[in-house]
Amino acid sequence: MIEHKTRVERPLSPHLQIYRLTITMAMSIVHRIVGSALYFGMLLFVWWLFAAGNARDFDRINGWIGTWFGQLILFGFTWALLHHMLGGIRHLIWDTTRGLEPGEREMLAWATLIGSVTLTVIVWIVAFMMRS
Amino acid sequence: MRTPLNRVRGLGPAHSGTGHFWLQRLTAIANIPLVIYFVFLIATLAGRSHATVTATLGEPVVALLLLAAILSITMHMRVGMQVIIEDYIHDEGLKITLVVLNTFFTVGVGLSAAFAVFRISLGL
Repeated sequence: MIEHKTRVERPLSPHLQIYRLTITMAMSIVHRIVGSALYFGMLLFVWWLFAAGNARDFDRINGWIGTWFGQLILFGFTWALLHHMLGGIRHLIWDTTRGLEPGEREMLAWATLIGSVTLTVIVWIVAFMMRS
Repeated sequence: MRTPLNRVRGLGPAHSGTGHFWLQRLTAIANIPLVIYFVFLIATLAGRSHATVTATLGEPVVALLLLAAILSITMHMRVGMQVIIEDYIHDEGLKITLVVLNTFFTVGVGLSAAFAVFRISLGL
C-alpha cells in the first residue's frame, strides 16, 4: 500500500446538522440503531432461555416481566424485531432497483414505521387472544 | 507479471468481495419468516408458567424453528455489526479487535441459546 507523505486538503462533505431531517434519513439511522439494540437485546432472550432450566429462576424472571418496565422492554423488543424486519424488506426491494423514485422511497420509509407499530400491536392482540 | 485484477484483489476496505453482502441478504431473507415466528413465540410465551414454556419449547417443531431462527439471526448479527464497526472505527488495530470480539460475541450468543434450547428439549 502506498502511504502519502503529505495529506492533501480536500473539501469535506457538509456536516450532518445542516441537512433538514427527512423520513428516509431518519429511518436509515433508526434501522441501524434498532439493529444494534437487538444485537445486545438478544442477551435478554438467552437469559430467559437459560432461566427456563429450573422453575425457581423462571418464576423470578416472570415476576420481572410482569412489571411495567418489563412489559415495556418486551413490547420494545418485539417492535424492534419487526421494525428491523420491515426495514430489511425495504432494503431488499431497493436491491432490485425498485422503489427508489421520489415519493416511493418516502412511502416505503413511512410504511416501515407505521407498519412496524401496527404489526407489533396486532401480534400482541393475537397473542393475548390465544392465551385466554 | 501482475494483472490489474490481482493488484486490486483484497485491497477494498473490507478486504473481501461480495460474500459479506450476499450473506447479509441471505440471512435477511431467511429471517423474514423466522423472525415473524420468533416474535409470535415470544408474545405467546412471555410471562407464562415454567411448565407451559418448557412443554412448548420441548416440541420438536418449535425447537427446530427456534434453532433455525437462532442460527440465522446470530449470523445476521455478526455481519451487520461488522459493517457498523468498519463504518465508524478508523483505527486499524481497534477495528480488527472489535471485528474479532464481534465474532466471539455472536457465536457465544448463538451457542448459548442453542444449548438452552437443547437442554429444554431433552428435558435436562
